[in-house]
Amino acid sequence: MDAEAAQMIGAGLAAIGAGIAAGGVGNVFSSFLQGALRNPAAADSQQGRLFIGFAAVELLGLLAFVIAMILIFVA
Amino acid sequence: MAGESGKIDPMYQFKIEPLAQLNLAGYDVSFTNSSLFMVLVLGALWVFMAGGMKREMVPGRWQMAVEGVTGFINNMLTANVGPEGKKYVPLVFSLFMFILMANFMGMMPFGIVPGVHPFTITSHLTVTAVLALFSFGTVLVVGFWRHGLHFFSLFVPQGTPLALMWLIPVIELFSFMIRPFSLALRLFVAMTAGHILMKVLAGFVINGLNAEAAWVPLIVSFPAFILMIGITLLELLVCAIQAYVFALLTSLYINDAVNLH
Repeated sequence: MDAEAAQMIGAGLAAIGAGIAAGGVGNVFSSFLQGALRNPAAADSQQGRLFIGFAAVELLGLLAFVIAMILIFVA
Repeated sequence: MAGESGKIDPMYQFKIEPLAQLNLAGYDVSFTNSSLFMVLVLGALWVFMAGGMKREMVPGRWQMAVEGVTGFINNMLTANVGPEGKKYVPLVFSLFMFILMANFMGMMPFGIVPGVHPFTITSHLTVTAVLALFSFGTVLVVGFWRHGLHFFSLFVPQGTPLALMWLIPVIELFSFMIRPFSLALRLFVAMTAGHILMKVLAGFVINGLNAEAAWVPLIVSFPAFILMIGITLLELLVCAIQAYVFALLTSLYINDAVNLH
């Protein structure tokens, strides 16, 4: 296998990370909705934490994308 | 048509082109398309604020819009920092509005004018890194100004057992030092990824329409176009969420500097 093919395969493998992060983002919002529907009065005060959790999960998924971009365009 | 249309380069949209050459003491400080869009963003922001700062007794729609945004930032800082947070409203408001306007400006369909294409200034790590340094620098200056060397107690949470003193401060220091990188990287990658995705989908639409086989536009271009409308809406949401997350994290970090855990 030559180096260019290995780069492309690596970039494709990095897409798995993006997919798993999608599951993570879904988990953040589904957990929030589960909690919010049980106690709607407390939901609004927790929205900041919802977005912090969302930002943390999303960042890790975006890192997978960065790795793919580095493999395709930089390395 | 099919062969010569070639592939559409999704990275071309991030290219910085000098519009007016300018050299200063050996450094290239040309006025680029990035600078042009920064000026456009500042202009849009100025118009938005100037229209809503008339201080009318009964606010009109425009003034309500401006008051809504300032009130939103004000509430965020009061909730996260406390009564002292009011001092930092101008900083967080400027960061929030600049990022929001820059994100939206990159989504505007300027491309319908031939030869013009929008440029997302937040899709460059240099720009977002400077914005993140504003946030991080404020935390450092405020923290050392208010607490002096006592600011370092930020790295030792209350109630840390002595047996863990060798580990916890290292982790806390690491999580503190990584803040500007995560702030900058999140905004930069979110905007870059979204715009690449949209450009790739646009490439499907255009290359499909140019294909020789008659079934390709119906099977490829049309679904891709429908998908692109949805992705554009999602991108508008991401634009707002990224600006909100940046402002929210900045206010949380300011809270660390002001109140020390």
